[in-house]
Amino acid sequence: MDVAFIIETIIKIVVLLLVFSALAGFGTYFERKVLAFMQRRLGPMHVGPYGLLQIAADGVKLFTKEDIIPQNVVAPIFKIAPVITAATAFMAAAAIPFLPEFTLFGYTVRPIISDVNIGVLYVVGVMAIGLYGPLLGGMASANKWSLISAARAASVFISYEVVTGLALLAPIMLVGSLSLIDMNNYQSDGWMIWSQPVAFILFVIATFAETGRTPFHLIANDHEIIDGFGTEYSGMRWGLFFIGEYANMFFISFVTALIFLGGFGDGSLLGALALLGKVAFLFFFFLWTRAAWPDVRPDQLMWLCWKVLMPIAIINIVVTGFVVMF
Amino acid sequence: MSMEQFQDRNVGTQNYFTVDIEDYPVTGMDKFRRVLKRTFRGELFVGLWVVLREMFKFDIHTVQYPKEKLPIGPRYRAIHQMQRLWESGTERCIGCGLCEKICISDCIRMDTRIDDNSRKEVTQYSINLGRCIFCGYCAEVCPELAIVHGGEYENASEQRAHFTLYEDMLTPVDEAIAQKQKEFPGFGAITPHEDERVTKTPLAY
Ligand code: SF4
Ligand code: SF4
Repeated sequence: MDVAFIIETIIKIVVLLLVFSALAGFGTYFERKVLAFMQRRLGPMHVGPYGLLQIAADGVKLFTKEDIIPQNVVAPIFKIAPVITAATAFMAAAAIPFLPEFTLFGYTVRPIISDVNIGVLYVVGVMAIGLYGPLLGGMASANKWSLISAARAASVFISYEVVTGLALLAPIMLVGSLSLIDMNNYQSDGWMIWSQPVAFILFVIATFAETGRTPFHLIANDHEIIDGFGTEYSGMRWGLFFIGEYANMFFISFVTALIFLGGFGDGSLLGALALLGKVAFLFFFFLWTRAAWPDVRPDQLMWLCWKVLMPIAIINIVVTGFVVMF
Repeated sequence: MSMEQFQDRNVGTQNYFTVDIEDYPVTGMDKFRRVLKRTFRGELFVGLWVVLREMFKFDIHTVQYPKEKLPIGPRYRAIHQMQRLWESGTERCIGCGLCEKICISDCIRMDTRIDDNSRKEVTQYSINLGRCIFCGYCAEVCPELAIVHGGEYENASEQRAHFTLYEDMLTPVDEAIAQKQKEFPGFGAITPHEDERVTKTPLAY
């Protein structure tokens, strides 16, 4: 392994961390603004022009706030839980190609940290490990709301992992590879969403559960269980949960766009812009649904997963199998 | 809409309509049918459309409070003001003491003396706003329309007892002469068409 490769990888990792931490911050601003406009409000307006510096103000606040470790919590686990959420979210990004290859000063840059041959499996798997953040944080918090939230987190994530996996299986069978770049290239003559519409819908539903966004926002449901697993957290530890959640939303938008919506196409500049546009739309969709839809109950969520989505996913796989075979 | 509908308590005679609530499904097949109907009727998209439409309409209802304020009703009863006469600018209060007497929370305290022209003159006048309940009785009882309510509703104090003095409440004299003083249209004030209704007392029959 030569030095240039190592340096390049480290630079890529640093860029990715910086860009997506910043994007996570910007995502909160964007979310507040979009939700506000949809609800006929103005959103943040006072810090900076149109409230743009609100992100900086929030950052300063999170960094300088006291990091409270309450009595009776299991301190080591309580402290490590937010790190797990943020770390796994960023680790999952290692196998995602964020842009097509491009040449910078005569040097070909591949904007993917590592094109492992089990890309999709890796991304989905590592994102699933993020479950331990809410689970451990909630159980270590010595707080009833947190405990309920931890139980919900475990049940929701594990159930919807099944749907995610099964929904992705059908496109994987068509492509015959687990690399996200291969997936992208496979769609040069037609987006996957047209050949696998059912898998797309199932996957989108599952992503809402995996990222804990609104129709399935029950692991940190403010009006039922305060902030769920985050109730006892303060300062930057709570901020890490937040960064993890928003980074996850961005990454899962990338994955959805790459697998189902044609990705970056042929790799031209236009294709790259199209990918960013698709990701932006998917991210906007996360916010949009939050303004429009109510939350479902945990039991309804379980019902939906095991009795509706999973059978449909299996039927979809069987049908796809027959199509591939004959 | 008129208030008539709401004041009529004879339930059943108004033009109410009942909301259509379907019977709760009991059999498995009915439940399954309801799921199918809800899944494919596209209600979720109606919700999405509604909020998107609102976003593009950009019909913002926010009032950025400290910078913008909603107008308050002219009859709103906030901090008191002491009025002056329109042309001469002399103080309207004649020191009759009715406001002090009627105040139900006993928060007006005043003192008077007879001045050189043998007229009563107010020497001390203060209202304890910590006790005042802004009931408006003082403004209503005042025979001279001297004490009225103003529109200043943003008050803060370090302690419960917070006094406002006569000088603070009194309209500045130049403002009164320039006819900028606002009359209070609330309870106890003159009604709008008072001029037409007043009949002069005949002096001789
Ligand atoms: S508003 Fe009522 S409570 Fe306040 S000073 Fe007048 S009479 Fe007293
Ligand atoms: S009732 Fe009116 S005129 Fe009489 S003392 Fe009070 S403010 Fe003055």
